[in-house]
Amino acid sequence: MGMSLSKLTEKTNIWPWLLLAPLGIYMLIFFVVPLAEVAIMSFTEPKVSLANYQKVLTGALYQRVFLNTFMTAAFVTLCCLLVGYPLAYLMAHSKPRTAMLILLLVTMSFWTSFLVRTYSWMVLLGNNGPLIAFLQMMGVDKPPQLLFTRFSSTLAMVHILAPYMIMNIYTVMKKIDPALIRSAESLGARGWSLFRHVYLPLTAPGIANGSVLVFVICLGFYVTPVLLGSPREQMIAGLIGHQIEEFLAFGLGSAMAIILLVVTLIILTIYHRRFGLDKLWG
Amino acid sequence: MTNYLQLSNITKTYGHFTALDDVSLSVDKGEFVTFLGPSGSGKTTTLMIIAGFEKASGGTVEIGGQSISQLAPHERNIGIVFQNYALFPHKTAVENVYFPLQMRGVSRVQGLRQAEDMLSLVGLKGFGHRHPKELSGGQQQRVALARALVFEPSLLLLDEPLGALDKNLREQMQIEIKRIQRSLGVTTIFVTHDQSEAMSMSDRIVVFEKGAIEQAAPPLDIYHRPKTSFVAAFIGESNLIPATITSAAAKTAESPTLGAFDYASTDVLTDGQKVTLLIRPEHIKLSRNPIEDRKNVSMVVETIVNYGDNALVIGRAGDIPMRVRVLGADVVIIREGEECYINWTPDAVFVITR
Repeated sequence: MGMSLSKLTEKTNIWPWLLLAPLGIYMLIFFVVPLAEVAIMSFTEPKVSLANYQKVLTGALYQRVFLNTFMTAAFVTLCCLLVGYPLAYLMAHSKPRTAMLILLLVTMSFWTSFLVRTYSWMVLLGNNGPLIAFLQMMGVDKPPQLLFTRFSSTLAMVHILAPYMIMNIYTVMKKIDPALIRSAESLGARGWSLFRHVYLPLTAPGIANGSVLVFVICLGFYVTPVLLGSPREQMIAGLIGHQIEEFLAFGLGSAMAIILLVVTLIILTIYHRRFGLDKLWG
Repeated sequence: MTNYLQLSNITKTYGHFTALDDVSLSVDKGEFVTFLGPSGSGKTTTLMIIAGFEKASGGTVEIGGQSISQLAPHERNIGIVFQNYALFPHKTAVENVYFPLQMRGVSRVQGLRQAEDMLSLVGLKGFGHRHPKELSGGQQQRVALARALVFEPSLLLLDEPLGALDKNLREQMQIEIKRIQRSLGVTTIFVTHDQSEAMSMSDRIVVFEKGAIEQAAPPLDIYHRPKTSFVAAFIGESNLIPATITSAAAKTAESPTLGAFDYASTDVLTDGQKVTLLIRPEHIKLSRNPIEDRKNVSMVVETIVNYGDNALVIGRAGDIPMRVRVLGADVVIIREGEECYINWTPDAVFVITR
């Protein structure tokens, strides 16, 4: 028995690799190859040079869009945190029935296609939508433009990304040993001081996880900002789409995509060094 | 008697289940009292009521003559060491110890110095900068102890703090905790289900069973003069023999299987009273032949467990299982399956009336 077992581990076993092969081949054909092509294009279209990168990194328009993208992502992350933390707290610490209900609402919203959610925001915020009608009913003569603004795209992105934040923080909150809270109380902590010195630091990993996830997804968000946002306040993904669909500027678009990818990887690397990437999914 | 900590008629019910039934106890200032009992006996519930994490359904808790029943845990000024230590993982050892001082508004400089001093007292000088996960179980234990003591609590509660440690470390920590407790003179309640821990550490042991106190007495009293057969069986090894008092004046009892007994107990008993006779295994001698002036019973030896310096001989006298503790050298006279005599003097027989 012991013999055969050690034999099994000593011999290079081909089976795990065979089982991985379909996925590996799939990823190779549909992910690695196109990505490599994008990378190559960024240096070769229209001719072999670093011109695309130079243009993206020095052009005022591109710099502004990049900056706008990062600011938006940061703002959306902050909003998700402000909305998500109290909700996660409620989920983790209310009675099972209430917690179940909130969990259900969050996951239902999470499972609904984000395209559907984006369109529902268009209906809700549109000029003929219920919100504007309500404002008019309340006597607002010239209701503000809600749709196709930074407000509408931010609102929808927060709505779409908040579940990532909530679930990450909730998981961490659920794992906090109640004895830690009791022990803090017995040592004289309560209310704000208990939260600030004990509860908040204990949930920090959840905040970090959720924030990185929301921030990174938000950086590359395409559909929602394009459909709901102001045309003047583009985000990088929208601009890339624009370059390729309208100007057929494959090289420029690819360079922007590669820069976005590199920045994202840098953020993830920093995060990994600090917290470990494996913790990102709870 | 100063009655520093006073529990009066504490009752705790969960729906129809009674977890604590009319528990009353007074503890002196500086006393080390152990709550001992099997799990579910109510010892931890009592501790949690003292700490304020559980609310009693009835009764009061007083410290130094002041009722604390209405106070929230953070207002009670009680130091607690939890079963798994409950150190804050995001704080270093010294920050953990500083925490209760921080909550009391002590400045960082002074508080950290006090915390360092306390760490030295528990034998962790120079470990202050480490995080809990960089410390061994025993070291974490010491940090937890330092944290519970640094703010000079009116009471120290220890909830099975040694459960997670291995045997050697456990014995070492027992001595340490005792030393620190004595040097600070802090009134301490220690909860455990380990009877040897209770025996070696306590000024007084309170035995809990089914939500009530069975007996509260110094360790040796508990061992030699248990009030109930539960206490006799729970603490140490025991031979319990059902019997009837035949003559209280002559101090004789009768067991249906083992016959007539002499006993030396001074309790007031009545003729015909049903009792349980306790004989500790180390008070029984083993011999080939009956010995004069002793009560002799024939026993069939079933198992011999050798510990080197001593041995436990397990056998059966009639239908009563008997345990005899003999010195290692004496065990060579018998083998498993053989019949021999066990015998004892009247002094070895303690009468339990409940």
